[in-house]
Amino acid sequence: MEVIVSQLTKRYGDIPAIAGVSFEVHPQEIVALVGPNGSGKSTLIKTMATIYNPTSGSITFDGEDIFTADPVDLATRVGYVPQHFTYTLYSSVFETILLGRRRHIKWSVSAEELTRVQEALDTLGISHLAGKNMDQLSGGERQKVFIARALAQDPALYLFDEPTSALDIRHQIDVMEIMREVTQSHNAAMIIAVHDLNLAYRYADVVVMLDHGIRVGYGKPDNVLTPSGIERVYGVTACMVENEYGRFLLPVRRDPRKPADTGR
Amino acid sequence: MNDCSGSGTRLSCIEEILLRLRTSKPSRQNAKQTMNETTKNSGSAQNVHLLYGEGTKRRLLLIGILVFLLITASIISAGIGTVSISPADTLLAIGEGTRNAAIVVVPSLNNVITITLPAPENPQAGIIVNNFRLPRILLAILTGMSLAVAGTVMQGLLRNPLVSPFTLGMSSAAAFGAAMAIVIGPGIAATLFFLSYESWIVLFAFVSGWLSMLLIYGIARSRGTNQATLILAGVVIGYLFQAGVLALKYLSNNDKLRELTTWLMGGMWGASWDAVILLIPCCIVCFIILESMSWDMNTLAAGDDVAKSMGINVERTRLFGLMVATFVASCCLAFTGIIGFVGLMSPHICRMLIGNDHRYLIPASALLGALILLVSDTVARTILSPVEIPVGIVMYIIGGLFFLYLILRGRGRGLY
Repeated sequence: MEVIVSQLTKRYGDIPAIAGVSFEVHPQEIVALVGPNGSGKSTLIKTMATIYNPTSGSITFDGEDIFTADPVDLATRVGYVPQHFTYTLYSSVFETILLGRRRHIKWSVSAEELTRVQEALDTLGISHLAGKNMDQLSGGERQKVFIARALAQDPALYLFDEPTSALDIRHQIDVMEIMREVTQSHNAAMIIAVHDLNLAYRYADVVVMLDHGIRVGYGKPDNVLTPSGIERVYGVTACMVENEYGRFLLPVRRDPRKPADTGR
Repeated sequence: MNDCSGSGTRLSCIEEILLRLRTSKPSRQNAKQTMNETTKNSGSAQNVHLLYGEGTKRRLLLIGILVFLLITASIISAGIGTVSISPADTLLAIGEGTRNAAIVVVPSLNNVITITLPAPENPQAGIIVNNFRLPRILLAILTGMSLAVAGTVMQGLLRNPLVSPFTLGMSSAAAFGAAMAIVIGPGIAATLFFLSYESWIVLFAFVSGWLSMLLIYGIARSRGTNQATLILAGVVIGYLFQAGVLALKYLSNNDKLRELTTWLMGGMWGASWDAVILLIPCCIVCFIILESMSWDMNTLAAGDDVAKSMGINVERTRLFGLMVATFVASCCLAFTGIIGFVGLMSPHICRMLIGNDHRYLIPASALLGALILLVSDTVARTILSPVEIPVGIVMYIIGGLFFLYLILRGRGRGLY
C-alpha cells in the first residue's frame, strides 16, 4: 500500500481550498493533517475519499489513479469517517456498522459479515451498545460507532476527518491507541485531520501542516510542530514542555502582533 | 378478527400486531430501564448474530401478519356492500373468475382444469364480485402499495422523514397532468401512438409528476438547502400545480368539469379491469427495481459523502430511484385522483416497528399501505351504503388517529 498525493489543487469557483499539496503515505503510517480552520484539511480528506474531484494534480493508490479507478473496488480499500455524522432514525448501532461491509454484501448478510461487525464493536469496546438505536447514544458513543463502521470495512487506508472531536480525553487516547494498533496489525495506513496538536504530536509518524490550502510543513512531528511553526501558522505563542512523560506542546496565548484571521 | 372494516376493530387489530412485535424488542418507553440494565452489566456483550437473527424474525413476522390481514380484508371487502355475499360464495366466485381469466389467457388450460366448482348460493355473486368489487379491491391494493413504496423510497433517497408523494407536491403535479389529459382529451396524438384513454392520462400524470420531482431534486441539490427548505419547496410546488388544476377547472366545459371534479376528489371510482391490468405489470416491475436498490438506500442513510466513499453513485441512484417511484405513484394516481397520507404514514409506521432496512421496509410498507387504503375504501363505500363517501375522509380519520396514538405512546418520541 502506497499513496502518493502530487500537486493536488482543489478550487471552489475561484477560491482555492488546497493548492499544490504533495505528500506520501506508506503502510503502518499515521499521517496527521494539521492547520487552522479553513486551511483545507477536510477538502483534502474528501478529495482523497473521491468525494470531490480535484481541479488539478493526482492521487495514486499503489500506482493507480484513484479518480479513474473502479469506485466499487476502491471502496473496499479506503475507509472514510466524516466530520459531520448522518444517521437515520430507527437505525440500530450494529446495522449502522454493518454498512461498512456494504461492498461485501450482495443481498443477504452472511455470518462472516456479522462476525466482522462484532469484531469492530469489540475492538472499540462498545459491544454493549450493539442493539441500541443511534438516537439513544451520546455524541461520543455515536462517534465511536462511525469509527467502528470504518474498522468493519477493513480498508488499507483510513481517512479520518476530525473523528475524535466529540470524545473526551480518555476516549481520544483510546481511539488513537486502537488505530495505531490496527494500522500496524493490518498493515494499513491512516490519514487524520486533527485540531489537537498534542494528539498529532504523540501519534503521528508524519505531519502535514496546511495554511490557506498550502503545505507549510511536512515531516516528522518534531520538525513540523515547532513553537515557531505554530506561531507562524496559528498566530499563537506555543512552547515545548518536557517532563517525565515526554515532550508536549503547550499553546500559551494569542500572538498580539498577528492580526486576527477569521479563516474562510 | 372477523371484521376488520369497522374503525373500532381496526385499531384493535393493529394493537394486537404491535403487542406481538413489541415482545421481541424493548420499546422506547422502556429505554430508561434498558439503559439501567446496560450500565449494570456494561461488560456483557450483546451478540450481533443474535440481534440480527431476532431482527429478521421480527421483520418476517410483521410481513406475514400483513399478508394475512390483507388477504382477510380482501375477502371481507369482496363480500360486503349493497348486496351481502357470504365468504364461501366470495371464494367460489373468485375461484370461478380466476379460472375463466386463466382460460382466456391460455385457452388450452380449458382441457387441463376439469374441476367444476359448486355454484354459489347467490346466483349473482360471480358477477358482483368479479365485475365490480374485485377490480376495485385490486386498484385499492395497487394504489396503496405504490404510494407507500414511493413514500418509503423518497424518504430513504432524500433522507427526510417528512417527504412523501403528497408533501413533495408530486401528487398535485400528477393531478395537474391528469387534469390536462382529461381536458385536452386523447385527440390525434393518442391515436397516433395507439394509446388508450387510460394510458393517455397515465402518461400525462407521469410527465407532470416527474417534472415536479426534477424541480424538487434541483432544489435539494443546490447548496445551503436543508431539510425544512425541501418540504417548504414541496408545499410551494404543490400549490403551483394546484393553481394549474384550478385554472383548468375554471376553463373546462360542463362534461369535462364533472369528470375532473370526481377525479380530483380521489377515490376508487375509476376501478376497472382495464386499469388493473395496465397497473399490475407497471407496479411489479417498479417494485422489483426499487427493492433491488435496497442496500444502496440503506447506505445513503449514512450520508452522501460516506455513500460516495463506499462506491455508490449517489446522484444517479437518487435520480433513478426518484424517477421509478414517481412513475409508479403517478400511474396509480392517474386512476384514483389525489390520495395523500398513505405515502407518508405507512413508511413511518413500518420504520417504527421494524427499523430502516429497506429490504424488509419496502415490502412491509407496501403491504401496510395496501391494507390502509383497502380498509378505508371498504369503509367509505359501505358505511353509508348505498351512498359512497370519499375514501380520504375515512383514511385520514383512521390513519390520523392511529398515528397520533403511536406518537402519544412514546414510540415516535423525537421523531423529527
